[in-house]
Amino acid sequence: MALLTVNLNVVSAEESLFSGSIKSLQITGSEGELGIMPGHAPLLTSLKPGMALITKQDGSEEVIYLSGGMLEVQPNNVTVLADIAIRAADLDEQAALEAKQRAEDNMNAHGADVDFAAVAAELARAVAQLRVIQATSKNS
Amino acid sequence: MAVGKEIKTKIASVKGTQKITSAMEMVAASKMRKAQDGMAASRPYATNIRNVIGHIALGNLEYRHPYMEEREAKRVGYIVVSSDRGLCGGLNINLFKKVLADASEKQASGAEVEFCVIGSKATTFFNNMGAKVSAQISGLGDSPSLTDLVGSVAVMLKAYDNGEIDRLHVVYNKFVNTMTQEPTIDQLLPLPKSDDKAISHRWDYIYEPDANSLLDQLLVRYIESQVYQGVVENIACEQASRMVSMKAATDNAGDLIDDLQLVYNKARQAAITQELGEIVAGAAAVG
Repeated sequence: MALLTVNLNVVSAEESLFSGSIKSLQITGSEGELGIMPGHAPLLTSLKPGMALITKQDGSEEVIYLSGGMLEVQPNNVTVLADIAIRAADLDEQAALEAKQRAEDNMNAHGADVDFAAVAAELARAVAQLRVIQATSKNS
Repeated sequence: MAVGKEIKTKIASVKGTQKITSAMEMVAASKMRKAQDGMAASRPYATNIRNVIGHIALGNLEYRHPYMEEREAKRVGYIVVSSDRGLCGGLNINLFKKVLADASEKQASGAEVEFCVIGSKATTFFNNMGAKVSAQISGLGDSPSLTDLVGSVAVMLKAYDNGEIDRLHVVYNKFVNTMTQEPTIDQLLPLPKSDDKAISHRWDYIYEPDANSLLDQLLVRYIESQVYQGVVENIACEQASRMVSMKAATDNAGDLIDDLQLVYNKARQAAITQELGEIVAGAAAVG
């Protein structure tokens, strides 16, 4: 029998964001976009800042922003261990824009005291947040 | 009237104690709520990462991490989480008893034990006992940060890597509800196997990017999150247990005051009766 749904848990260090049966999950892995369907082979990967698009059992969609973390896939169970996760509805577009601006300014400043890797990571997070916001505003 | 002066002072002192215990009860109640929220917030992460680790331990992986290999248990390490302060009932001592029972079982089968202690109560206890304490940390406060814990946990992990210990357990009080705290021993290393029957066949993960770096990253997170969860649960337990025991102390002080008051009143009455008797007798003698 083909599996139609798979159990998904999305947790961050602060809370549990999603738990339930889903039809599919679209998520940003460290090597690129991943689509997880029920019955997927066991997979272990780290996550980049990006979004998780969850298609629930009834066909409705939910978008969650992830700052990074780990993804474990078992045929009957998918677990997302996020560092920081925010529901798309709770994201602040203004703050994300400001963070992006700040990160870009820092990058262009070329100061000796700028930790380039940290700034790049910050920029990636801000851009990912903006992408999530855009994706949700298009849907609604 | 000199009668019952000692009793009066005693009542006053018990009342003073009662005030302190009832204040402590209220403080513990409000702190408990906060600690409970913190614990509930990080619990899903700890549970889920434990599940993932359980799957990994079951799997047939290409990269055998040292944390996955079952070694003969010649030396066993315990990370014991206790409170920094006393006056919380039998919380710590129940936990220590459980650890010692488990440790002596291991010792009976020829293993050595060593401890990493978190919290000053455990430090005092295990130092007095003369046990081998290889790392200690205390004074974490009400909202511990992961960075404070990492150092002492790293000592135990290093010992495991060097083969100085073959098992690592974390011991803490699990918060069931306000009235019940359960001393718990969880195995950290080697990785405990999941009892999920659905995935018992031979399999391996697909890794992105590669197995070594992923597992290293995940396992470190796993250990940290488990120890951290133990610490926050223990804090919630400490506050709950303190609240309950301080409530009992306040009630007991109330009973004590009632008893003393009764004794005092009886003594006062006896003194009045005696005085009256003396006056009547004196009047009779004069008349």
